[in-house]
Amino acid sequence: MNDMSRPIVKLNSVEKNFGAVRALDGVDLDILPGECLGLVGHNGAGKSTLMNILAGIQTPTSGILDFGDGGTSTNHNVSEARRQGIRCVFQELSLCPNLTVTENARIQHPGIKGWNWRARARELILGHLDEIFPNHGISADDLVGDLSIAKRQMVEIARAFSIVDSDIRLVILDEPTSSLDATIADQLMAHVRRFTGAGGSCVLISHLLEEILTTSDRIIVMRDGDVVDSRPAQDFSRQTLVETMGSVAKDLHEFDQNTDSKRSEETPYLSIYPTEAHRGISLNAHKGEIVGLAGLSGHGQTDTLVRIYDRRKQYGIEMAFVAGDRQSDGVFPLWTIGQNISISSIRNLLNLGLLDLKREHELAEEWRDKIAIRTPDVNHNILSLSGGNQQKALFARAFGSPADTILMDDPMRGVDIGTKQEVYEMIRAEAATGRTFIWYTTEMDELKHCDHVYVFRNGQIAADLSSQELTEQKVLHASFEEAS
Amino acid sequence: MISQLTSPRLLRSLLPAFSLTVILLAIFYLQPRAMSYFGLNLLLNLALPIAFATLAQMCVITVNDLDLGIGAFVGFVACVGVTWLNDQPLLGFLVLAASILAYGAMGALIHLRNLPSIVVTLGMSFVWLGLALLVLPTPGGKAPAIVTAVMKFKTPFVPMTIYASIAIALIVHVALKRSAYGAVLRGVGGNPQSVARASWSLVRAKITMYALAGFFGVMSGISLIGLTSAADANIALRYTLLSIAGVILGGGEFVGGRISPIGAVLGAITLTLAGSFLSFLRISPDWQIGAQGAILIIVLALRTVINRSEARKLA
Amino acid sequence: MTHSALMKLSEKPWLWAFIGATCVWIATIIFTGGQGAGEILSAALSFGTFSVIVGIGQMYVITLGPGNVDLSIPATMTFAGVVSMKIIDSQNSMILTGLLIALACGAAVGVFNYGLIRLLRIPPIIATLSSSFLVQSSAIAYGRGLKIKPPPLLADFSTTKILGVPLLAICVMPLAAFMGLVLHRTVYGKSVLAIGQNPRAAKLAGVRVDFIRFATYVLSAVLAGFCGYVLSGFSGGASLNMGAEYLLASIAVVVIGGTSVAGGYSNLPGLWGASLFMFLLVTMLNTFGLSAGVRLILTGAIIVGVIVLAGGRKN
Repeated sequence: MNDMSRPIVKLNSVEKNFGAVRALDGVDLDILPGECLGLVGHNGAGKSTLMNILAGIQTPTSGILDFGDGGTSTNHNVSEARRQGIRCVFQELSLCPNLTVTENARIQHPGIKGWNWRARARELILGHLDEIFPNHGISADDLVGDLSIAKRQMVEIARAFSIVDSDIRLVILDEPTSSLDATIADQLMAHVRRFTGAGGSCVLISHLLEEILTTSDRIIVMRDGDVVDSRPAQDFSRQTLVETMGSVAKDLHEFDQNTDSKRSEETPYLSIYPTEAHRGISLNAHKGEIVGLAGLSGHGQTDTLVRIYDRRKQYGIEMAFVAGDRQSDGVFPLWTIGQNISISSIRNLLNLGLLDLKREHELAEEWRDKIAIRTPDVNHNILSLSGGNQQKALFARAFGSPADTILMDDPMRGVDIGTKQEVYEMIRAEAATGRTFIWYTTEMDELKHCDHVYVFRNGQIAADLSSQELTEQKVLHASFEEAS
Repeated sequence: MISQLTSPRLLRSLLPAFSLTVILLAIFYLQPRAMSYFGLNLLLNLALPIAFATLAQMCVITVNDLDLGIGAFVGFVACVGVTWLNDQPLLGFLVLAASILAYGAMGALIHLRNLPSIVVTLGMSFVWLGLALLVLPTPGGKAPAIVTAVMKFKTPFVPMTIYASIAIALIVHVALKRSAYGAVLRGVGGNPQSVARASWSLVRAKITMYALAGFFGVMSGISLIGLTSAADANIALRYTLLSIAGVILGGGEFVGGRISPIGAVLGAITLTLAGSFLSFLRISPDWQIGAQGAILIIVLALRTVINRSEARKLA
Repeated sequence: MTHSALMKLSEKPWLWAFIGATCVWIATIIFTGGQGAGEILSAALSFGTFSVIVGIGQMYVITLGPGNVDLSIPATMTFAGVVSMKIIDSQNSMILTGLLIALACGAAVGVFNYGLIRLLRIPPIIATLSSSFLVQSSAIAYGRGLKIKPPPLLADFSTTKILGVPLLAICVMPLAAFMGLVLHRTVYGKSVLAIGQNPRAAKLAGVRVDFIRFATYVLSAVLAGFCGYVLSGFSGGASLNMGAEYLLASIAVVVIGGTSVAGGYSNLPGLWGASLFMFLLVTMLNTFGLSAGVRLILTGAIIVGVIVLAGGRKN
């Protein structure tokens, strides 16, 4: 039926901008029938954006998606993607926890109805579970909310592979094995091979390079919003993959600080294990240091920062937190810029128990000037600012507070390059006055500003690098798991 | 096998039946005469209207809302029942049908404008109360003969209430827990985004659930006047609180679409019996509503304990 | 310049409540031919003051964000009124003691409410609802339905008018102004506003979320206790249903007064406007000779209308 040489989808110079940030920079990509396409890249390379566009969740700013059925889709959307036979397994689960496994299968497939729908849905989902994960131990009547995360992930995967009304041509697996153990992950990879062997296509995203290397037919490497390499899997090795992901000849020693000498002598100012279990390497910070947290996003960095923040009383350290996810963690949308800046400093602005509005205004003005927030008036609503300037207000909140340790949760998302340079300067200046920074960043470039870097993987610290030891290769190696 | 028997899920689902059994045994122990057709009939007299009101509340809770106006609505239905439905059946029927549609419209409004359900339903409770007063300014009226006849019908072996409770519990169970669309309706409470992503209409689901709530509210009001014959606007105001308590007692949760129709009916019956139980214990009627509050708190506390032990097991 | 001044004014949501109150008042006195204009206003201020007192507490709670509402206000009012009236037993010398007792009753209910919310993880709506059952029962059991006259001094204090302005209103105005200042100029008030906008961001900005929520539920209950106390003085003793109308009233004045039900934005002057509006509206409908039913319908419809126009919670 399918012409094996004609791509099932052809992307032609697809671009995607989020405000000033260019997430995809003209991607050209063919996905062939019957191939498993491995997709690797470091944070911000554009993997997720590209997959979201394929799945119809985001629309490209420009460019063409050609599904080879004559209809080149300009307004590709979720139901269109379903019609084209594209299914996705996302990292965040999309099951209803209050329903059984059978019922979740039914919700996904409006076609299953009638008096015996339950039997059909059960047969469908159990059939695929049995096929992909023999001895899975899941009952069709289990409530999804009662299942372990691994089993939920298995249901999610089985559901994506289940066919009712339309053929499945492409399944996108975004970190499908992140919560599966090795045996089950192997079962999944074997199924991917069977599926592609039968003519279906897969896109596989994983931080486990072994998985990518052994399962994929072809691997594409993304960097800075573009596909930088595309070769058959056997032409890559772990080493060459890591090298390709990194940028060419980047010098991370630009600002060599030699602050490490402190490390051996002083007891750390703050020390914590990323997990409750106190396993692995502990995270230490010394006074006046800039400590970087690296690794792929979602590997426990933010949780660790929040844990440190929650324990500030225990440490007896005043801390401030700079959120990276502005909307959910940072901005108070009903307040002015000034009020957003002053909230963490109110205790220092009291006069007879009442907030001194004049001093509040002065604080806001002072930081507007210091950090160059582009607004005529700090009494304007915070949402009148551009994203980058909102982020500066969050920096101003932390820097203007009395905190002597500042935790930063990947705070440069969506910030333009000029602003970034200004903020880097400020961080270095503040650190010089004795402030400590713990800085989670997804950008390799930013690590060079750090005196010490911890690379996270699966909620633990995989590498502990001083600024002398720091190279991009080492960070990438630690971020992507070793073969077990 | 053993671990399955002690699984939190099973414990949770058995809790409503367990509390009903405990209270029933306690009543029989204190008052052995209650263990008769007549005794049961007396004990369960008002169980059916409360069970219907509880099912109405359950429909709204399924989609993560709360209805603080159901009591006033049942009162309104009762007032229409003893006036128009008796005098001009067709008009009465149309008014009741329209009120069900109004409930559905309220659901659509709450969803489309993203309003807090408690404020809207609380405001609507005044509208229902006002309408009830307009329909029936002073207590009185007369229930249609057929309604009275049905509600007072003497069934063999056990009172009609028991048959009826079993029947409605099973019907609603099949509709919400076994049917294909029922899964979607409950899914809206569990993960609306994922349901919408599978191209289901959320507003349609909300309208369905609110209209169902209106329907059960009507059933509650009609069954109520079948027992009392007369009505007044305030007749069912306490049903708002009882219905919430009944849903929770029956194993329902406020958010997440976890509900149980059978549990809700059991919960409603338990609450009805709790009143009798307290009077057998010679606890002053002053503490009646206090006891309802206490039961609610104890059940929620028990559930917190079970859920925590479950969380510990998973961790 | 006038243009921008108008723009500024139109950004003040409390204005609408005052405009509404004025319109309703004018309509009433046109109907009466100018008779009793002053008396109506004076009475509105008298009755409105009680709504403002409980409205302040409810406003702080609602400002904490979606899901936060105190449904135990009526029961707390009754409880505080009944207990304090019984203990002071109509003696003038016990007035201050009585006040302290009423406030302590409120504080106790507030602590209990937050205990349920925090320790048993019960959603605030259900926690305050079920505790209100217990509190109401306690009031019934303790008061035994007897209406004890308030001490004459308290009765005088709560009913005296100076140049037509109730003394109580004169006393509550500074309290309200003070609570307005607390909201915008203190660590506590700013924290409440921050939590209401975004609890996670508030936590990460250093706000003590748990403590602030605790303090707010206690504040609401303490104000309800205070209101129960002065209302007992005003109406010749504490009655068991004295709080009933304040469940809707406390929420309605907050919503109509321009406070966002989505949380994080509240409006103290609006409470006065809304309280006057609510009372004047009822007066107007009475003057027009409309029945209780129509009054209730309009009250409910206005609340629903305001919430629909004001829009719901942010997405």
